[in-house]
Amino acid sequence: MKLSVVDTERCVGCQSCMFACSRRQGEAGIARTCIGVRSVGGMERGFVVIVCRACDDPPCAKVCPTGALKPRRGGGVRVDITKCTGCGYCRDACPIGCVFWDDEINKPMICVHCGYCAQFCPHGVLRLEKREKVGHASG
Amino acid sequence: MLQDDTLANVLYVDISKKRFWIEKRQDLFEKYIGGAGVAIQLLHEECPKGVDPLGPENPIIFAVGPLTALFPLASKTVAMFKSPHTGNLGESHCGGRSAIAIRMAGYGAIVIKGASDIPLYLAIHDNQIYFRDASSLWGIGSCITVGRIIRENEPAAGLRTIMRIGTAGEKLVSYACVTTETYRHFGRLGLGAVFGSKKLKAVVISGKRSLPVSDGKLYQKVYDEIYQAAIGSPAMKKYHHLGTAENVLPLNEFGGLPTRNLQQAKFEGAFEISGETFAEHYLGRRLACSHCPVGCIHIAALREPYGDEPYFYKTSMISYDFEPIYALGSMLGGSDPKGVLRLMERIEVWGLDAMSTGVVLAWATEAQERGAISEKETMGIKLGWGDYTAYMEAVRLLIEQPNEFYQALSRGVEHAASLYGGEDYALAFGGNEMPGYHTGPGAHIGVLIGARHSHLDNAGYSVDQKTLAKKKPTSPEELAEALLAEERWRQVLASLVVCFFARGIYQPDVVSKALHLAGFDIAPEALYRIGEEIHREKYRFKTREGFSLDKLRLPKRIFETSSPLGKLDEKFIRGAIEHVKKILFE
Repeated sequence: MKLSVVDTERCVGCQSCMFACSRRQGEAGIARTCIGVRSVGGMERGFVVIVCRACDDPPCAKVCPTGALKPRRGGGVRVDITKCTGCGYCRDACPIGCVFWDDEINKPMICVHCGYCAQFCPHGVLRLEKREKVGHASG
Repeated sequence: MLQDDTLANVLYVDISKKRFWIEKRQDLFEKYIGGAGVAIQLLHEECPKGVDPLGPENPIIFAVGPLTALFPLASKTVAMFKSPHTGNLGESHCGGRSAIAIRMAGYGAIVIKGASDIPLYLAIHDNQIYFRDASSLWGIGSCITVGRIIRENEPAAGLRTIMRIGTAGEKLVSYACVTTETYRHFGRLGLGAVFGSKKLKAVVISGKRSLPVSDGKLYQKVYDEIYQAAIGSPAMKKYHHLGTAENVLPLNEFGGLPTRNLQQAKFEGAFEISGETFAEHYLGRRLACSHCPVGCIHIAALREPYGDEPYFYKTSMISYDFEPIYALGSMLGGSDPKGVLRLMERIEVWGLDAMSTGVVLAWATEAQERGAISEKETMGIKLGWGDYTAYMEAVRLLIEQPNEFYQALSRGVEHAASLYGGEDYALAFGGNEMPGYHTGPGAHIGVLIGARHSHLDNAGYSVDQKTLAKKKPTSPEELAEALLAEERWRQVLASLVVCFFARGIYQPDVVSKALHLAGFDIAPEALYRIGEEIHREKYRFKTREGFSLDKLRLPKRIFETSSPLGKLDEKFIRGAIEHVKKILFE
C-alpha cells in the first residue's frame, strides 16, 4: 500500500494530516510529522503536500553510508534508527524534501505509508492506495 | 497544567530596548486557562491607567490556549491592547496559522512593549528572537507585498504566521487591522494602528514541537470524537459550503440586513451579493486555518481586463465573508458584486477593518446627501450609493488624510459625526462601527454592552431570531440575562481560543474532557465561574479607562428603521442596559 496525494487543488491547508501523523506516533503537536503542507508562495495559489512518494529505487537509500535506510517492498524505505549516524545525506538526496528531520535525536523521519493521515483528510487530498493503481502523475 | 508544557511560557519583547525575556506564568494559565482570560490579566499588568493608545506604554498582547495544537478548532489568537479607536479595551481574535505558530514556538502568550526608533519587524523562531530592520518595507503600499517579501526572507514555510500591517496601520488610522496569512485579520478596534505607532511592520512566528498529554490513549479517543463532530455537523458544513456569506439572503428575507446606512433593513440587490451568487460566479478557492478541518475561508477569483491593451488581464484572489459583504455591499447600497470585490481588495491591500470602513463610508454618503458635508470636504468626490469608483478614492484619501475631513474619517464614524453633525445616523456603538444585523433589540444591546462592542461578544442577533421564532416577546431583563450568560460562556471559549463557529461542538462536558488531557481538571460548572470572572476582569479594565453603561450613545437611526421584531423602543433598550448594570455592579 502507498499513500497517494490525489489532488493538491482540493487541499484547504488545514494541516490535519500533519497533526494526525504525529498523533499516530503517540505525540501531540507536529514535531514528529512526516508530511508537510505549505502554500505555493501565498495561500491564494493553493498548497503543496510534501510526503514520501514511495520511489521504486529510492535515492535516499542509495546514499545511506551505513545501510540504515533499506528499500521497502512496494516502494519507499524502512529506517533502522540504530544504524543511523545522522549524517543527513538522505535528506540532501531527496529532491522533493520528503526526508523530515527529528532534531531531538538528529535522525531522519520518513513516511511509512500507513495511511493514518488520509483518515483525517476531510477534503479528499490524500488516499491510501494499492501499489499498482498509482499513476505517474500523482503527487 | 502539565509540568513540561511550554504553555506557561510568556515571551516579553521590549522593542524600545531591543531585548526579550521569558517568564513562567503558571499562575495565570492555571487560573484563567489561556487566551482572553490570560490576556486581560497581562493587560492589567502591562497597561498603565490612562495611557495614550498610540504611545509606547500601550502593550500588545497575544495569547493562545491549552487546547491549541492539541485539538481541532482551537486555532484563534486573542490580541489585547488599549484600542486607539475607542480609547478603551481593545480585543481582537484572528485565525490563520497564528495560534498554532505561537504554541509551536513554545509560548502561551507574547507581550510586545515599547516602541522602536526605526521601522522593524520581529522574527520569533522558537527561542530565537530577531529584531530585523524594516526600513525598506515601511511605506510599501500593499500588505500583501510585505507578506511576500518576508516569506522569501524567513524560514519555516507552512509552520509560520506572518502578521503585518498595511499603509493604514502606518498612517495610524484608528481602525487599521493586522493581517495574517493574506486573508485573516485582527480586524477590529485598531491593532494595526498600535503596530504602526510602534513602527512595528510585522511579526513572524514559527516553531515545531511535541506537546505533552496526560493520557495518550484517551487523547486519541477524545480527538476522534471532536474531529468527527467537526466534520459531521451541519453547522460546520454550512461554513464550508457557502461560508458566512450564506447569511446574506436569510437575513435580508427577515428584513434585518442594514442597507444604505440603515435607512432600510431590506436590500433589493441582496441576491446579487449573496453567498450563492459569489459561490456560483466567483468562488476560486477555499482555505482553512491551521488545525481546522472545516475550511470556511472563501476566496473569490476576479478576472478583469486592464483596459489599456487588448487581451491583457489580471486575476485577483479576494477573501469575502458576510460582514465585509454587508459593510461594503448592502450598507453602501451596492449590488454590483465586482464593485464590492474591488473595494474589498483595496481594503485588504491597505489593511483596514472592512466593517468600520463600510460604516464610515455609509455615514459620509448620507451626510453628503443631506448637505452636512460638501465636495469641499470630500475634495471633489461625489459619494453616491453603489458608486465604487468614488468609494475607492475616498478610502485612499482617508488613509492619506490630506485635509481635516479625511483626518476625521480616519478616526471613525463617531468622531467624524461629532465634528460634522449627523450623529443620529452615525452607526457606532460604544465607539465601534455596527455589525450587519438589525434583527431586533438584542443585536444592538449585545454590541452596546459587549466588552469589545462586537456582535461576537454575545450574539444578540441570535437571541432576536429566537424571539422571532417563538413569537413571544422577550422582556428587557430576560434579554439582558441571556446576553450576559452567553458572553460569560464565550469568555471560556475565547480562553481556550476555540473558534466560535465550533461552539456547538465544544459544550462544557467536551471542554472539560479535552482540558483534562492538557492537565487541567476543571468541572463544567467551574468553567462557568471562570467565564464570569474573566468577564468581570474585562469590565474592570473598561471601567478603569472611563467606560460607563450610562454614557452609551444610541443613534436615532436604529429606532427609525423597522426590524424583523418591529420598530425598536429606546425605553426597552435603556431598560435592558440598566439591568445589565445592576447585575454587573450591584
